[in-house]
Amino acid sequence: MQDFMNSIGNGEEQSLSTQPIRRSVTDRLADYVGGWIFKKLYEIGSAVSFVCSTLSLIFRRPFQFNLLVRQLLLVGVNSLPVVLVSGIFTGMVLATQGYHQLKDLSAEGSVGRFVSVSVVKELGPMVTAFILAGRIGASITAELGTMKVTEQIDALEVMATSPVKYLVVPRFLACAVMLPLLTTFSIVFGIAGGYFTAVYILPFKMNGRFFLEQARTYIFISSVVISLIKSSTFGMAIASVGCYKGFTISSTGGAEGVGKATTGSAVTSLIAILILDFVLNHVLYTIW
Amino acid sequence: MIQIENLWKCFGDKEVLRGLNLHIPRGETSIVIGRSGCGKSVLLKLVTGLMQPDGGEIRFDGEAISNVKDLNRIRRKIGMLFQSAALFDSMTVEENVGFMLSQHTNLSKREIEGIVAEKLHLVDLDGVQKLRPAELSGGMRKRVGLARAIAFNPEVILYDEPTTGLDPITGSEINRLIRDLHAKLKVTSVVVTHDMDSAFSVGTRMAMIHAGQVIASGSLNEIRRIDNPILQQFISE
Repeated sequence: MQDFMNSIGNGEEQSLSTQPIRRSVTDRLADYVGGWIFKKLYEIGSAVSFVCSTLSLIFRRPFQFNLLVRQLLLVGVNSLPVVLVSGIFTGMVLATQGYHQLKDLSAEGSVGRFVSVSVVKELGPMVTAFILAGRIGASITAELGTMKVTEQIDALEVMATSPVKYLVVPRFLACAVMLPLLTTFSIVFGIAGGYFTAVYILPFKMNGRFFLEQARTYIFISSVVISLIKSSTFGMAIASVGCYKGFTISSTGGAEGVGKATTGSAVTSLIAILILDFVLNHVLYTIW
Repeated sequence: MIQIENLWKCFGDKEVLRGLNLHIPRGETSIVIGRSGCGKSVLLKLVTGLMQPDGGEIRFDGEAISNVKDLNRIRRKIGMLFQSAALFDSMTVEENVGFMLSQHTNLSKREIEGIVAEKLHLVDLDGVQKLRPAELSGGMRKRVGLARAIAFNPEVILYDEPTTGLDPITGSEINRLIRDLHAKLKVTSVVVTHDMDSAFSVGTRMAMIHAGQVIASGSLNEIRRIDNPILQQFISE
């Protein structure tokens, strides 16, 4: 310590400050990685805070049912055709693939079980969530992002209206409610697609009653409930990511900023769905 | 009415406002001028609570905004005309103008329609209730924005660059409307602009921001007499 004080007294600190600071590659890399980690942690923290604020505002007055109904229609009714078509073809593809794989094991008679279990447990919720992430999540980001860059969200706030309550809560609730409903349709149409393929298209022309009997035997209530819980969680994730990305666009970002945020929203939602699917499968099938 | 004391606002390393002091007296139309990027619009965002200051205080009728629990109580006393008008493009003109009434009162739809028609008449826009913002010209959008700003009978109206992007004739119309509204509604107005014609046409007082501080303020006559080269160059050009 005494040496250090002496060095200051001798004016060594002046000579140090005038020398250019040379930093090693490791130091600069550590700075870069540290900065990146800090930025990501900050983003995660603000996203979590955004979701918490949304959840707390759900139960606060005023309850604007007209806004919720509008979002239910946009998210649910308008997405129904594409969900039905994708559900049917998912079931048809599963039946075709299942038949070719099971035939090698001389178990092609289990196509009904293969299709129904796969559709109920995984493909129904996942395909529906993927479609909604692209269709609704991206559109939420584009809409809210445009409102942000054109100062409409600022205008809401100046007019004493919480933008989260007015814009985010109805979208969040609509996605949380409509995803399980759409998933139910997707599952029903997926099994119907598999049935049609197995009974009328595949070379071995499976007995229709036998297909349905397998579906009845191997679809458990617990699987359906878990599937609906998963899809509701996916819906909340899609709405949260879509709204958060829209709200956090820089006001000076312009059209380019909206475009980037929209792409980012779809990609983040898809990754979030995959991670949530793994976690929920692990947790729910363990405790159930 | 509004007292701004030692206000600081930084964006990263850039200090936009550096200890700004300003008094907005009740019932006057105060003009805030300054070069682009000097922090005029930031000042309005700080007054409305859209941004938080890094230091200093803003008092509304003596009440410090930073200490207010429910900021919306103060916001209900403020109307704001945004630079881009910021109309909700998913709503009609009627829904835009009546937005605060539908959100914060129990008025019936018919009563709101009546108030909306009255406010639109004040800004010389009759019969456009069912149009959408995309169907309006730039000047009409500003006037609808103005009707929306006065719909809740505010005590203060904030104007962010009200004539920017408008042709000279439409700009003059907006200036006339600001003067008329001030005379009819007896409100306190704050107009942020770098359009000197507009500033001298609508204002009763003026303040100039330079380098993050107010370098001159006073009545229009006092401003003309202040011997400050930056101010005189700005107002003479």
